[in-house]
Amino acid sequence: MADSSLAVEHQEGLDHQFVDREQQRNAASLGMWVFLGTEVMFFGGMFCAYLIYRYWYYNEFAAGSRSLDIVLGTTNTAVLICSSLTVALGVRAAQMGKRRLLLLLLLATLVFGLGFLVIKGVEWHDKYVEHHIPGPSFNAEELIRKNPELHIDPAPTQIYFSLYFAMTGLHALHMVVGVGIFCFLTYYAWKGRYTPEYHTPVEIGGLYWHFVDIIWIYLFPLLYLIDRKR
Amino acid sequence: MSEPILSTKLYVGIWATLICLTVITASVAFVDLGPFNTVVALVIATLKALLVVLFFMHVKYASEKLTKMVIIATLFWLLILLFLSLADYGTRAMTRT
Repeated sequence: MADSSLAVEHQEGLDHQFVDREQQRNAASLGMWVFLGTEVMFFGGMFCAYLIYRYWYYNEFAAGSRSLDIVLGTTNTAVLICSSLTVALGVRAAQMGKRRLLLLLLLATLVFGLGFLVIKGVEWHDKYVEHHIPGPSFNAEELIRKNPELHIDPAPTQIYFSLYFAMTGLHALHMVVGVGIFCFLTYYAWKGRYTPEYHTPVEIGGLYWHFVDIIWIYLFPLLYLIDRKR
Repeated sequence: MSEPILSTKLYVGIWATLICLTVITASVAFVDLGPFNTVVALVIATLKALLVVLFFMHVKYASEKLTKMVIIATLFWLLILLFLSLADYGTRAMTRT
């Protein structure tokens, strides 16, 4: 049975189940947004735990927050915002089919992403040196000495640092995944796969990156900026 | 492609606004506003998130209504999680002696 009507001309980058590229792009984009919705709920659980404990142990959270390095935290926020700019401009370069510019912007994003992780690593190391990692070696004496007016209880301060490490750790894990995705995008951009007609991976990879940026936009004030006055 | 191509100028403008808001939120944290410190910090964070979602993630220009519906449903679900949990824990102190 020679069915010539099935012999549709194969379009580069178009899967069989889609009518056209437009539909394929919309399906991929919607899928990413639904995934980001599940991610919001994933992080939402942690934000909820944070809010409850912060409500219960406000002073302990304030003392813990004050011990974080606000300069490094603000720098990291700026680094992530810069990376979001390079991603947005990268998507634009892909839309316009500018391969060299796209490559350059993807590489810049990778540099910013890795820079963020390095700064985060420095911060975690500081916490390690200060014995602020929850567990047997946790030591709240310095926190008590520096914040006498808060009358803090040493035990709940560990909750603050547990949440700090869990939330920034989960965020950093997402950053590592993001760096992986962008290495993949950079490789295929270098191979010249993305054209003005087909650049969906750059677009939805970008959506993921911006989402991780948004999580940090909330983590920064919640973890670093509690009760800095006084 | 239905996706409109936005100008570089717009992206850089959004970026500059985001950086300014970051500096503002970090500076305001050192000013004593009482309980409003948290409110200001969260309002600024939400403003920043809104800018990223609308412009960097192109939601303002999205032709697909389905995308917007997913976002609104996500936020609604998140608010259920936060509000109902806090309605419980936040009112427990009332029964404590």
